[in-house]
Order: sequence, then C-alpha cells, then structure tokens
Amino acid sequence: MNGPKLLNHLESTGFETLTALDPGMFYRVASERLRAGGRAVSYFGLPEEGGTRLILILGFDSERRLEALSVSVTDSFHSLTPEFPQLHLFEREISEQNCLEAKGHPWLKPVRYPLKSGSPVSPGTADFFKVHGSETHEVAVGPVHAGVIEPGHFRFQCHGELVFHLEIALGYQNRGIERRLIGGPDKLTIHYMETLAGDTTIGHATAYCRAVETLSDTEIPPRADILRGIMLELERLANHTGDLGALAGDVAYLPTASFCGRLRGDFLNMTALICGNRFGRNMIVPGGTAFDIDPALAKELKLRLDAAFKDVKNAAGLLWSTSSVMERFEGTGLVSKETALALGLVGPAARASGVRLDTRHNFPVGAYKLKAVLPADAPESGDVYARAYMRWLEIKRSYELINEFLYSLPGGPVSIEPGAMRPERFVVSLNEGWRGEICHVAVTNAEGGFRHYKVKDPSFNNWQGLAMALRGGQISDFPLCNKSFNLSYCGHDL
Amino acid sequence: MFKALIGRLKQGHRTMEFPSAGIKLPPRFLGMPGISHAACKGGCAKCAGVCPTGAITLLAEKPVLDLGRCVFCGKCAELCPAVFKFTGEYRLAARERKELFRCDEAVKRTRTLDSEMKRIFGRSLKLRQVSAGGCGACEADCNVLQTLTYDLGRFGIQFAASPRHADGLLITGPVTQNMKLALLKTYDATPAPKIVIAAGACAISGGIYSGHPETAGIPEEIPVDLYLPGCPPHPLTILDGILRLLGRIE
Repeated sequence: MNGPKLLNHLESTGFETLTALDPGMFYRVASERLRAGGRAVSYFGLPEEGGTRLILILGFDSERRLEALSVSVTDSFHSLTPEFPQLHLFEREISEQNCLEAKGHPWLKPVRYPLKSGSPVSPGTADFFKVHGSETHEVAVGPVHAGVIEPGHFRFQCHGELVFHLEIALGYQNRGIERRLIGGPDKLTIHYMETLAGDTTIGHATAYCRAVETLSDTEIPPRADILRGIMLELERLANHTGDLGALAGDVAYLPTASFCGRLRGDFLNMTALICGNRFGRNMIVPGGTAFDIDPALAKELKLRLDAAFKDVKNAAGLLWSTSSVMERFEGTGLVSKETALALGLVGPAARASGVRLDTRHNFPVGAYKLKAVLPADAPESGDVYARAYMRWLEIKRSYELINEFLYSLPGGPVSIEPGAMRPERFVVSLNEGWRGEICHVAVTNAEGGFRHYKVKDPSFNNWQGLAMALRGGQISDFPLCNKSFNLSYCGHDL
Repeated sequence: MFKALIGRLKQGHRTMEFPSAGIKLPPRFLGMPGISHAACKGGCAKCAGVCPTGAITLLAEKPVLDLGRCVFCGKCAELCPAVFKFTGEYRLAARERKELFRCDEAVKRTRTLDSEMKRIFGRSLKLRQVSAGGCGACEADCNVLQTLTYDLGRFGIQFAASPRHADGLLITGPVTQNMKLALLKTYDATPAPKIVIAAGACAISGGIYSGHPETAGIPEEIPVDLYLPGCPPHPLTILDGILRLLGRIE
C-alpha cells in the first residue's frame, strides 16, 4: 500500500490493515495530505517489537473523512513541524513518551515532565525563549496562581507592558492516566475517563464508551444516544455560562459575573438531578447510560432549563450592550484564521477565528445524526469578543438541542450489556466537548484488552492558541485572554 | 446602567440560607453511606471486589468503608443494597483521618478547633487554595462557594491570592510529584499558626490515582486539620466542614 488508509469514524478496523509505510514514503504522503488540508486529529507512538509505530490520524472535516498513516521507527523520526506547526506538540509528546528524537524539531522540550526513574526533571525548568535588549524583561507566573485554578507556568517576554512572547509550560497535573489505561478496561477505567478533565466528564466518558462499544460491536439503544446528547449539551451550557461570568469578572463587570456564577450552578444542579452528581459522574457507561429521564423528571428539567436560559439571556445581553465591557473585549487577544488553521485549533476558539469546525457537524454520531448541528454564525474576528459571543451562540444552540432531545426521547431501555472487545483492532472516537474536539484512539491486543489508549483533549490543540493571542498584547490582558480560552490543565497533562 | 439595574431586579435574590433545614439535594445524590452489619452475612468480600478505589476492607468479615477513598460511585450499594445505603447527607467532614472509616455506627460531626485557634480564625479565615494534580472538579466546587449562591464571604471566609496573606491551605488533588515542591514552598510561605484542609478523595488518599508513581500524596511535613470527602465534595460539604471547624455551626 502506498497511500493513506481511509477510515470511518467509529468503525472497528483490523490493526493489520494499517500497514507501516516506508519512512520516506510516510513523510512524503503525510506532508502531501497535510498540505491538502488535513488536520492532525491524533499523532502518537505505539510501542512495538524492536521500536515504535507512529500513527498519524488526519481529519478532512468538510469531506467528513478520516485517514490514517503509519510508519515504524527505531530511535528517531523526522519532524514535520517546521512546515506544519500544528504537529509541534504531538511530536514533542511522541518524543517524550517513546524516547525518540524528533530530528529537525525547532523547539524540542518535554511536554509533561513525566517521572523517569533516576533523573526527575521538574516542570518549568527547561529552556524558554528569551528576548534580549534594553528595557526588555521576563515575567514568570505559576505554578501556584492567584485564583482557585489548576497549576501551570507562564513565562512572558516583555518590553514594558507589551508582550513579545508567552511560553506556557505544563505538566504539573501529570498523574499517569494514559500509562495506567493499557491492559484495561478494568474497574477504574471509567473513573479515569470521567476525570481526564473534571469539567468534561460527559465529553470524555462518552468518547471512551463509544470506542468500547465499537470495538465490541455493541449497538446501544436509541434512548441512550439521546440521553447522552442531553448530558453533553448540559455540560456545555454549564461551562459556557460560567465562562461568560468569568470573562465579565475579569473586566470588572460584576452584574454578569454574579448572575452567571449562580446560573452555572443551576445547570450543574440539573445534571445532578439526572444522575446525582453535578459533573455527570456515574452517568455514561459502556452500553448506554446508568440513569433514565422519566416524564416527571423531563418536565422538571424543562421548567428549570427555561428559567435558567431566560436569566442567561438577560445576563449575557448585558455584556454586549455595555460599552466598558465591549471596549475591553473587542480587539483583545487576536488570533487570525491563518494562525488558527496553522496551529490546528479546535472548538469555540477555532470557530471564533472563522474555522468552521464542529465534530457534532463533521462527524455526527448518536443524537447528532438526527439533528445536524451547523457551526453557529459568529463574528469570526478572532478576539476575546468573538470567543465570548461564540459561547453565547452555543448556549442558545444547546438550549434548543436539549429541548428537541427531550421532546424526541424514544422509548425502550437506556443500556445493554456490552460484549467483549475484539482482538487486534483499533478505533478512532471523536466527540465535541464544550472546549472542542476530543479524540480517543483505542488499539486492542490479542486478548481484546487495551494494547494502547491515546487521549487528546481539545486543550492539547489550543494552549498554543492562547500563547499566540497574547503576542502584541499587554500583560494585563492575560487573565482576560486566558478566560476566553479557558483551557484544561489536567486534560492536557493527563 | 438601567439595563443592569433591571437585570438585577429580574435575577432576584439568590443567596441560600445556611445552615438551613430547607436544603434539598437531588434524590439521586449520593451522600453519607450507611452500612448495616446486621444485614451482612459476612466473608464474601464481593463489595471490596467491586469498589474501584479499594475503599472497602473487611474487619471481622464485615465491611468497613473508607470515606477518604470513596468516590461515591454507588457500585457497592448496587451489589448489596441491604448492606450499603447512600443517604442524602452531605455533612461528611472529619478532623482526623481515622474518623473517615465508616462501620456500622452513628455519624459523628466534625469537632471544632481548640479555643486558641478558634479565637484566631473563628471570625476571619483566609485560605490559599493549592491545586496539586487531580481533575479540576474540586477546584470548580471551591470556586462555586464564592458565587452569590453560597456567598462564602458572609462567613468571613475568603480565598487569598498569596500564601503570605493566608491563614491556611486548602489542598486538592493527589499531589503529583511535579507539584510536591510547589506545595511545600506554598506551605512554608504561609505564616503560622496555620490550618490545612484536604478536599476530595485525591487529596485525602490519592483517590483513583492512589498508588500511581506519578503521585506523592500530601507530604508528612504538612499536618492536615480537616478532611472533606467526596469526588468532588459537594460545595455544601466543604462549607459545612469549614464552618464546623471554626465553631460556627455546632
């Protein structure tokens, strides 16, 4: 075989059909396909006898197509980052996880600083970009921040208040989940999935369950599909509403900050009404869902949803009609469409820069097959305003979707017992979490357990977007830009 | 300006009364588990087998549940509903690690700080939150306490931006190797006397990450004054625990 392997989203594929290309051929075909508009959905190293198998999954979103390319390497591989910046973090990760040298990578440093016996390297201790000259200075922030927030280290290169460059060093949250998933699934697996990023419990757990269901040829009941859709949109509502409040707080506009803080909790409480937990823990299980929504509960949900949405509409509306807010939002933290495409940004951040990309639309499954979700019509200006307004548009869409889902709940059971996973197969499972595209790739071993499990949280794509948004801005813009992306540290660090 | 005022009127007064008898948690919420040793035939150990985090151990063939490890998934109650019954009780905090082991007995409430510590912190407490691993959910539910729903500030409790301005630490996460040094430095930077609160199963026992070489747990140099179980603890669990610690609720 000389070209890429065509894949279908959520199709169990024999691992042997993914033939390793000749290295020269791999880099040539990969470059060709990336140049033709391919987006790196996942790129990782799979340990194999005598070396490492690199697997690159490319997405062609408008054509709703996935392609896979693979190559066997021993102790180094050729970096494609100089031409395709979207691969930069993937290649650093491959290098770190598989002890391979990425030859030609312009900035090869650790990603998560995982514990290695003998030589523990602390995060934040590697080289940083430096700017030299009179009156230039460096500002270091973190890992312990001023707010109640996860740890990360930020290094600003500045001239006065002007930021030339921001470099973000993470890894503090690395708790070894991916390594521990291999050999599973076991009784801890679903809990790991639910806590890859605690605020994206439904997003990640659903991606995982679909992967397991695909590999075990399990068809879940239609009611479970719709229930999962309701949960995913509730998660989006809660987080987007919270983000609008946090953005308002960062420009000292307290009415919306206060209102949205409360409203986020209302959406979390709706989630708890369905499954008992505010973050959606214990809801999504392989084979369907653990809880059902009966008519009485549906009625109660609808009441609460309508009331909360009305208040969110009011709270968000205040933002767009307050000139002091708009003055801070507009033109701050610009990310151009070219940058967003080059870096492979995903989710609301990408859509706010004009990249029309939404897994619910491009690779629809379950509830979204019934109801196509078109990317919302946003300002596309790539600034804080666009990212904030995109949140509001998505809140509206999620509200409509939940209403439609509640209305169209089919009868029948909510789960079935999943079978055993088939050996030597692999699957790509995508899901549009509230931050953007979640990608899980599972490969099974000869016994039908996980030979490898690769997780990609949307934050992995988008942290570099935040760094670029700060260029040419001011240090004081950082909190605002940060909230406009609101990325996950734990989802990145795993 | 007028729109903001009208908005304020529309949104209404939303701060909950606390403590209050009227607090109602969702029917499916899993709070304090009750364990009935009378209903347990003993010795089958299946409950310990289904528990994902090893929270259940057997003492004289009967189960003991460690709230510090429990992630409230309800698997034990699914298996053996006669023995394990999760109630809607959110008041779970404890002053000592050993108090988190639940057998077949009545629930004890959290004890207050000694009188000198209570005199110092009872009316004003500033906490520095340190997130050290974990999934960010505990942090989210600490943040919620600062919203107008819970309005932590009315009790004289606030999260401080710097450990130098803090009376203590609220630690979340299993304390990854990569965060251990930062946590120790933050603890050292907090002036004495200081209190330490461990929030969530991860901070108390490592939770689902227990035994991972990437995690270290809260170092021995940092003595813990209050444990808040849950995965994550409900905001009310956190609020109740801190207020009891300060002697604001008896």
